[in-house]
Amino acid sequence: MDFTPRIIGFLCKWCSYTGADLAGTSRMQYKSNVRSIRVMCSGRIEPTFVLRAFLNGADGVLICGCHPGDCHYQEGNYRCLRRYTLLKKYIVQMGMEPERLKLEWISASEGKQFADLINSFTQTISELGPSTIKHTMETLT
Amino acid sequence: MNATEGKKPKFKIAVYWAAACGGCCVSVLDIHEKLLDVAEVADLVFWPIALDFKYKDVKEMPDQHIDITLFNGAIRNSENEHMAVLLRKKSKVLVAYGSCAYLGGIPGLANLSTSEELLCRVYEESESTVNPGKTRPLDKFQAVEGQLELPVFYNDVRSLSQVTDVDYFMPGCPPQAERLLEVLGDIFSGKTLPPAGSVIGAGHKAQCDECIRKKTENKRIRKFYRPWEIVDDGETCFLEQGILCMGPATRSGCGYRCIKGNSPCRGCYGPTADVSDPGAKMMSAIAGIIDEKNPAEINAIVDSLVDPAGTFYRFSMPVSNLRRKLS
Repeated sequence: MDFTPRIIGFLCKWCSYTGADLAGTSRMQYKSNVRSIRVMCSGRIEPTFVLRAFLNGADGVLICGCHPGDCHYQEGNYRCLRRYTLLKKYIVQMGMEPERLKLEWISASEGKQFADLINSFTQTISELGPSTIKHTMETLT
Repeated sequence: MNATEGKKPKFKIAVYWAAACGGCCVSVLDIHEKLLDVAEVADLVFWPIALDFKYKDVKEMPDQHIDITLFNGAIRNSENEHMAVLLRKKSKVLVAYGSCAYLGGIPGLANLSTSEELLCRVYEESESTVNPGKTRPLDKFQAVEGQLELPVFYNDVRSLSQVTDVDYFMPGCPPQAERLLEVLGDIFSGKTLPPAGSVIGAGHKAQCDECIRKKTENKRIRKFYRPWEIVDDGETCFLEQGILCMGPATRSGCGYRCIKGNSPCRGCYGPTADVSDPGAKMMSAIAGIIDEKNPAEINAIVDSLVDPAGTFYRFSMPVSNLRRKLS
């Protein structure tokens, strides 16, 4: 069976989304599996957003923010890193594959890195196979 | 003259326990002598912990016979579900009373295991069990007298609203007697009740908003202490001392009993309004105040949180996004 991963990407407006834009305007070819959601800052991304994405059928979630020290709001990406670290520990405890959630720093000039990241993350999720979360939660007895 | 003549008909109240510890049923008794005032205007028509009514008595009631049912406990097995559906039919107002009925509660933590794991632990592995034949209870058994049945033990624990329609939610483990009196008072005096689906008998703000402990705006945590690892100074915000407290993401209304008793909030009053996943909200709040930028150090600090699922979802696992452990 052909499996096309569905991946949700949360990208911060100032660095990562601009980096994704650069990949686009530079006409770089990369996998089309990521649905990008622009947020003002990676510090805006609550654990609920990620869990909701999985619950609604995402096979992977990618979070991108500015490199440490480069945050437009000074500290937002550190907050994101702390939340991500805790959330990861929680999803492992709940029996989820930790590889399904990934955090990477992408700056506005890193179009190439963004394209490579999307390709490698899509590859990882393809190898993991479809997520069972949506189905499991819908069929509880 | 007949004593009941000219009086309004009495309210009919039922209190039922499903997968619960019994604390919620007993909490009704915590209103002490006020119970006599309640008995004055209301009849308790079903209350297994205190009164000898049978399930068949409920079954024989006409539909909507009971005015208010306080249903406590989570839905663990087919008996719980059967009674939830039956009491829904027989009641005008069904209240999910207490954290287990509202959010799944402590029994909901069993969603970290499968039913097979639980039965295996209890009937085969536990240190005090001697069961060489590995005998397990059967749902059905053909005896000489006829077929005997036991309730079916489900794989997943659910909250009351996940099996039937619920009119109101009353949080607490157990709900505070003062709140119950206020709610009953409103009902008896004919006050207009809030729209169906509301949380009643609780505040609207978070615990922290009204907490009496000394706190600053700038909370910074470098290590999480478990309560036995540190001596609480008795007056500073628990979080500022590094002790996990669920105050930031928990609804007020309990009267701060735990905090007044020098124990951090465990989150039994559930999330504040419009929060879909209480544990995720709490994780967000807690992780945000970790005072560290180095990834390895952050990892070490997060590692001092021993059991995130059990801590942040202590009362709410069955109603959260990840309702159970994935197998």
